[in-house]
Amino acid sequence: MNQRKHLLGLEGMGAEEITRFLDTAESFKEVSERPVKKVPALRGVTIANLFFEASTRTRISFELAEKRLSADSVNFQSSGSSVSKGETLRDTAENIQAMKVDMIVIRHGASGAPHFLAGLLEASVVNAGDGSHEHPTQGLLDMFTLRERWGSFAGKKVVIVGDVAHSRVARSNIHGLVTMGADVVVCGPPTLIPNGVEALGVTVETNLRKAIEGADAVNVLRIQLERQKAGLFPSIDEYARVWGLNKGVLSRAQKDCIVMHPGPMNRGVEIAHDVADGERSVILDQVTNGVAVRMAVLYLLSGGATAEEEETAQSAVEAKVKEGKRVVA
Amino acid sequence: MLKLNQLSHREFIIDNVTVVDPGKSTSFAGHVVIKDGKIDGVERGRAQTASLPIYDGEGLHLAPGFVDIHVHLREPGYEYKETIATGTAAAVAGGFTAVACMPNTDPAIDNRSVVEFILKQARIAGLAKVYPIAAATLGRKGEVLSEYHELVDAGAVAVTDDGAPVGTAAMARRVMEYAAPLGIPFIEHCEDMGSSGDGVMHEGLYSTRLGLKGIPAHSEEVCLARDLIILGSVPGARYHAAHMSTRGSIEIIRRAKASGLPVTAETAPHYLCLTDRDLSTYNTNLKINPPIRAEEDRVAMIEALKDGTIDCIASDHAPHAAHEKQVEFAAAPNGSVGLETMFPVIMTHLVRPGHFTLPQAVALITHRPAQCLGIPGGTLAKGAAADLVLFDPEAQWVVRAEDLHSKSKNSAFLGHTVYGRVKHTLVDGVHVSAQAVGA
Repeated sequence: MNQRKHLLGLEGMGAEEITRFLDTAESFKEVSERPVKKVPALRGVTIANLFFEASTRTRISFELAEKRLSADSVNFQSSGSSVSKGETLRDTAENIQAMKVDMIVIRHGASGAPHFLAGLLEASVVNAGDGSHEHPTQGLLDMFTLRERWGSFAGKKVVIVGDVAHSRVARSNIHGLVTMGADVVVCGPPTLIPNGVEALGVTVETNLRKAIEGADAVNVLRIQLERQKAGLFPSIDEYARVWGLNKGVLSRAQKDCIVMHPGPMNRGVEIAHDVADGERSVILDQVTNGVAVRMAVLYLLSGGATAEEEETAQSAVEAKVKEGKRVVA
Repeated sequence: MLKLNQLSHREFIIDNVTVVDPGKSTSFAGHVVIKDGKIDGVERGRAQTASLPIYDGEGLHLAPGFVDIHVHLREPGYEYKETIATGTAAAVAGGFTAVACMPNTDPAIDNRSVVEFILKQARIAGLAKVYPIAAATLGRKGEVLSEYHELVDAGAVAVTDDGAPVGTAAMARRVMEYAAPLGIPFIEHCEDMGSSGDGVMHEGLYSTRLGLKGIPAHSEEVCLARDLIILGSVPGARYHAAHMSTRGSIEIIRRAKASGLPVTAETAPHYLCLTDRDLSTYNTNLKINPPIRAEEDRVAMIEALKDGTIDCIASDHAPHAAHEKQVEFAAAPNGSVGLETMFPVIMTHLVRPGHFTLPQAVALITHRPAQCLGIPGGTLAKGAAADLVLFDPEAQWVVRAEDLHSKSKNSAFLGHTVYGRVKHTLVDGVHVSAQAVGA
């Protein structure tokens, strides 16, 4: 397999490579369980986390992944757009590169911003969410969480419900899950289902009660309240009633249906309080797995090529085997 | 024989050419006699007489100079993107001897002094002929009509608020009514701003994949249909639809023409050979308004040119500085330069695949656009201005930023291999060269 330099999205990534990311994440998950949560895999590697959009969970998850790999990391957070800040994205990125940074993790409100940097810089670029385009590490961690429970994706039905049109989480999930052989159904108000989405290999069903029949997993998307102000759906109240996931709707799914949410949740809107905290919810497992997946992504993109680093990854795996840890829960 | 790039006579013959006469839809080996800046005659075979100096046409194809009725020359106001000198240098490099420039300058072309300034700058540059198109409303704000009589008197050839539509149906009606007695067309940038919203590319599978906000096809069609309904009730009004991009628009124009409405329409080269699929790298040079559409629209547009529903091709030459385009896709301004790639793109994508013969294709960028605006040019008729282009239709080249004469290099076709290269351009019987302005 060719060495990948950037992770810009899951679109076009083959099953073999996705599996490699998930397998590697499995070896790294154990690191976070240790009393000393650190391996030297990325010692001497400098990573800049450029967050042009507010983020708590993803930024902390990347930071922890970097620290647990012994990378040196710096953070840049700016909520304003590059234009209002007075410096272009290009200048910001080139300045950071001039300080000899090996990898850049970028979260940006503009779709394609990571692609723009990848075409401009020597550093590896990791997309931590770009506009409404993709959020590939979220897609991988969602798949990791599902695979932990299922072992394989073949024949599993996954419903993605909510604002699919504006969701980068939805796109990364769709690309990854379809590639891995799951049946993906997208659901939400017709005004929030993007044009042509069927061509990505999914089924569209705007009625959640129908969509969820026999589902093995439901991934609930966050509804941005400003979409209501933009006239895309009439009210939060109606949204919650028609597309909110509650116990009644969930009862139509498979008995062991998994409930996921990328966070942050609007409790009582897209997801009922008791479902979010219920026994089927794996929402906090997703967060835990996020660190392991991001460790795997950073490790594999950094090259993972030197003998020392290979050894590190290998020893992480061996350590786990020795401890006889169960990989599949 | 004498060399054309050392042309120094006012009465001479260009010999050894294949004459392409788009008006008669023919091409033949022949020669052209030019006297005092006008065409004195086009004849078959080699020149026999020695009474006039004979210049060598180098075996090239000779056609009427190309006419582009939709360019943005950016002066006054945006001279960092383009000036009339650099824009007309790009024009003659691309074989254009006449261009009509859009009024979204700063100040807008909404009063006599701006028209006169543009004509003066064009005279100083001494390259292509420039026909200013005036703003339909003051400041292109859609509120108050500009002084059409004064503007036409100064040299404006049409009115438009291009860059944006005339906002309301009521004002579109006033524009058509007021322009009608002057015999000038109203050129509409067809767009329903509410439908476009903050969209940045064609709405469809690829906008969904790229996570970019979409501009639906109906954004263009709603405005076009609105205008044509109004046109039917305004006697004497002429309407020209700019940069048509969708299959639906073609159907609307087809019906309007069948019912006898005085409507003409143009499309642009990028709608004939690029599709939304080409945006997958977020290349901001492909961010254009109207957006590059879907494959079905592209195919329909070629058919519409063949059956005459769409009358002509115009470049929508839209220069933007490098720093403006080297940003996130959504933040980039709309537009691609096009004057220097239009002819080769047409050769490559319309002539070589057999959609059009060479004379038919040349018609789409000569007398057909000239007729849409009612401006001179695009003909080899005796007594017409000796505005001529000589080109090699087979020459293969790669479009590179450093070879473009436009001040801006934001071409949607950078890196494309194309066929057809302009070698000489004559305006009023004078050999003009892009290099002269050192662009």
